[in-house]
Amino acid sequence: MIAIKSHFLKQLISSCLDLFPILAVISIFQLFVIQQPIPNVAEMLFGTLLIVLGLTLFIQGLELGLFPIGEAMAYAFAKKGSVTWLLTFAFSLGFATTVAEPALIAVADEAARVVAAGGIIEATEESQQSYAFGLRMTVAFSVGFAILIGVLRILRGWPLHYLIISGYIVIVAMTPFAPAEIIGIAYDSGGVTTSTITVPLVTALGVGLASAIKGRNPMLDGFGLIAFASLTPMIFVMVYGMLL
Amino acid sequence: MSAWFLEFGNTLLLTIRDILPILATIIGFQLLVIRKPLKNPKKIAIGFLYVLLGIAFFLEGLEMALFPLGKLMATQLTDPNFIGSSSDVVRWQDYYWVYLFAACIGFATTLAEPSLIAVAIKAEEISGGAIGAWGLRLAVSVGVAFGISLGTYRIVTGTELYLYIVAGYVVVIVQTIFAPKMIIGLAYDSGGVTTSTVTVPLVAALGLGLASTVPGRNPMLDGFGLIAFASLFPIIAVLSYAQIAEWRNQTNSKIT
Repeated sequence: MIAIKSHFLKQLISSCLDLFPILAVISIFQLFVIQQPIPNVAEMLFGTLLIVLGLTLFIQGLELGLFPIGEAMAYAFAKKGSVTWLLTFAFSLGFATTVAEPALIAVADEAARVVAAGGIIEATEESQQSYAFGLRMTVAFSVGFAILIGVLRILRGWPLHYLIISGYIVIVAMTPFAPAEIIGIAYDSGGVTTSTITVPLVTALGVGLASAIKGRNPMLDGFGLIAFASLTPMIFVMVYGMLL
Repeated sequence: MSAWFLEFGNTLLLTIRDILPILATIIGFQLLVIRKPLKNPKKIAIGFLYVLLGIAFFLEGLEMALFPLGKLMATQLTDPNFIGSSSDVVRWQDYYWVYLFAACIGFATTLAEPSLIAVAIKAEEISGGAIGAWGLRLAVSVGVAFGISLGTYRIVTGTELYLYIVAGYVVVIVQTIFAPKMIIGLAYDSGGVTTSTVTVPLVAALGLGLASTVPGRNPMLDGFGLIAFASLFPIIAVLSYAQIAEWRNQTNSKIT
């Protein structure tokens, strides 16, 4: 029990260190550049306390829950030896974690407004909603597809950089043909798909698979799933913008 | 106080809603496909509870302390009165505080980004300490700082987004050819993890503030794209970090 407590305390201190730069930047700019008093100091201090506590709990939970379950499932699938089930799991995980992502919902709604203002779709509530929904499904599908391809790559041992570089080339080649309104949204959608819970799970899955399969090196082959998950949405969203 | 609890309960419910599809996928596959009991179900359940509470506290704290002030500062710094340019002619030099703030806030928020901490912990564990968690996080933060600063410059000058992104990809491709193979996967991943809970809202506020106050910019079109900068430049930064570390090792081993 004492060991756990001192571990928690250590984590608490390191969370404080993690947050210190943000506080420093904000206070320095506020005091010296903008030169206005900070409103609601008490509320800010309480909020900061919550952030420190939250970060500490999250990292503890990461090591207790998210990392172990990601790895345990990777080992179980590797032992079972069914590629079909593993790929189904990879797709479902990618799809399920993205479809409800709040950042994506916000970006999709914003995108529908931009596109409607650009006259590409009708400016009615209904058509905007169906556009936003279609966009969300497109991105969720593309993230599922990305994790599937990434897992298949670990299984087969394909070199990561060829796949990623070809992906980049596809994006660059597609950009001139995509409608101007969709380009910024497409580029940004790559960044918003990977949430705080998805990243540790997917990382543990990749590293676990690469350690469980003979001939794979976890450092060389285990990473890269997130890279696919940020790449494919850009391609799929541009396709979506071109088709509609 | 009771109002606060109500709000916290709301945040907690929203977090549960976000975790639910993930939990359903994991439990479904665990029960129906793998069909083997977990080694430490209690520990894992506690871990999930910690993650859930941790994210809820974190978001609530951000909402209370950081976002209002950060967004206020973003609008204050981009205010034409503060910039001091009265004419309609945009001089990009006038916006130096904005570039500096963008770099500082990008650096600081990335250091506190929970997903990046997770990946850094894993990388240190897997590489047996050859890649330090702190070194990786610093490299990524420097990349984000540079990326967001350049992104604000792009909004001020109104240059085309895709030119920057294409140029960035070319740099990444060239670096990939020369970089140590071990780092490539990690470097590509670090582009995706930088932009989640802390960075996106603040950076979006900055982009939107700039795009709506700089004359001749359209917030609809020019407000987007900052996140793309924040996911591209960390890749370049991590690849450079690995390259420099390798060069230093080589010269060291030549001397000794």
